[in-house]
Amino acid sequence: MKSKRLIRSGTLYIVLVFLSLLFLAPFFWMVTTALKSPDELYMFPPKWFPSSWQFENFGKAWNSQPFNTFLMNSVIVTFLTTIGQIVSSTLIAYGFARFKFKGRDFLFMVLLATMMIPWEVTMIPQYMEFNYFGWINTLKPLIVPAWFGAPFYIFLLRQFIMSIPKELDEAARMDGANSFQIYYRIHLPLMWPIIVLIGVFNFLSSWNDYLGPLIFLNDQSKYTLTLGLAQFNGMYDVNMEGIMAVTFLISLPPLILFFFAQKYIVNGVSSTGFK
Amino acid sequence: MNWGRLAPYFFISPWIAGLLLFTLGPLLFSLFISFFDWPIVGEKTFVGFSNYATMFTDDPLFWHSLWVTVKFAMLFVPLNIIMSLFLAILLNKKLKASSLFRTFFYVPSVISGVALAMIWGWVYNGEYGILNYFLSLAGIEGPDWLNNQKWALLAMVIASLWGQGTMMLIFLAGLKNIPKDLYEAAEIDGAGKVYCFFKITLPLLTPTLLFNLITTIISAFQQLTLALVLTGGGPLGSTYFYAMYVYENAFKYFKMGYSSANAWIMFLIVLFLTMLVFKSSSAWVYYENEVKNSK
Repeated sequence: MKSKRLIRSGTLYIVLVFLSLLFLAPFFWMVTTALKSPDELYMFPPKWFPSSWQFENFGKAWNSQPFNTFLMNSVIVTFLTTIGQIVSSTLIAYGFARFKFKGRDFLFMVLLATMMIPWEVTMIPQYMEFNYFGWINTLKPLIVPAWFGAPFYIFLLRQFIMSIPKELDEAARMDGANSFQIYYRIHLPLMWPIIVLIGVFNFLSSWNDYLGPLIFLNDQSKYTLTLGLAQFNGMYDVNMEGIMAVTFLISLPPLILFFFAQKYIVNGVSSTGFK
Repeated sequence: MNWGRLAPYFFISPWIAGLLLFTLGPLLFSLFISFFDWPIVGEKTFVGFSNYATMFTDDPLFWHSLWVTVKFAMLFVPLNIIMSLFLAILLNKKLKASSLFRTFFYVPSVISGVALAMIWGWVYNGEYGILNYFLSLAGIEGPDWLNNQKWALLAMVIASLWGQGTMMLIFLAGLKNIPKDLYEAAEIDGAGKVYCFFKITLPLLTPTLLFNLITTIISAFQQLTLALVLTGGGPLGSTYFYAMYVYENAFKYFKMGYSSANAWIMFLIVLFLTMLVFKSSSAWVYYENEVKNSK
């Protein structure tokens, strides 16, 4: 009986390791390519490890384009959208979770329904709208909408707030707190785990966004990192090792963030109520 | 005026404003401009349903891109569901290292679509890529994936599957919510693994399956970044997705009215498919309380 179980878990491990290799091999290939010298790049069969590690590839590739500027733009956009999402989504979720008002359930249905609208449909009028505001070729179209809340985050937060005991609110109200103070002093601190989750999700989607910057930005000085990376494709004087080096550098912040936040991501997904 | 009555509206007001400014307003405006011939510079002219008529009767690219997208979805949706369910089931087994493996499988999902495209472009390289190297170990001469009309779309499917760990996590959450005592009871009755899977796991997982099915269909129809960066729709239009058709009509040919009509057709298709899945769901989705009630 025991040996049977051992064989079973052994097989499971072998399958999992094999699948992990499938998932990780492209990454590994990216990193080693980034460290190769040009003459080792184009070899078949490919060399898995470079014979001399070319760490200067990273600097060279980074400086082949104004990546410092792109980084700055990405940091600004990611930071400001994340703050915006947290402030607005928590306020809105609190409103939906803790009050009875005319039209609440209808409005909440509308909120859920808007998650289904493909971005392509609203993309053109949004472009015209931002053009009218004079925002094209600025970072504003990428930042400002985030300050009006995102349905998915609002939904997550509302579910969470509804699980906070109402007695807490009532006790605070007895002590003379108003609605905003209850939100600010009681709910906001309790919401912390979901706020971290939203922060991570928003960081990832904002940092990784390509279509938004592609449509709203024309001028290289306004580009974000993803646009800068995509631009490599059309260039003739850049080698694969440079492209892979920059790909690696751009992927590093999301990977590090994920490493520290994976607990929240996994728990967050479990708490969304997919039973 | 009673402040207490207005308070909730104060809290949700950012969302209401955003809805009008960035979602509902643009949505209706998009419908409005779809009835116009509207180049980005110059006057707009009302053309009625002519944009829609042109699309269906006089624009081979419309049918072509739609067909490419349907082919992609028919491959991607089932493969994605099966793969993420399979991974979730493996990770749900009691193992010490399962959180480590979960991380491995999820890692590609945190990377930007552009970075994914760059990495896969190199993996798929016909002469020096590792994919063809692995195939050569098995004695197969691989194609030049992204420059081969026959293989480029499949290459897109594989690359898209790689970055879909979220679905796996959602399945995993669903699996963890299935009460253990159901399996124990079945085992006492002498039920085998296969029986348990089809009679317990799958039925109780159907609500999760429904959610994943709908989001996968929607994401399949919106697929754009990968093709935009990797192939530009080529070779010979074999990866020219519908979303790319919408994008190019708007921002390459500046036919704003026409492109809005394209986008609305896409919206209607996605809506139709979602409704279809929803309607069919009453036949195959089981909710826990139903199971309890029928006992």
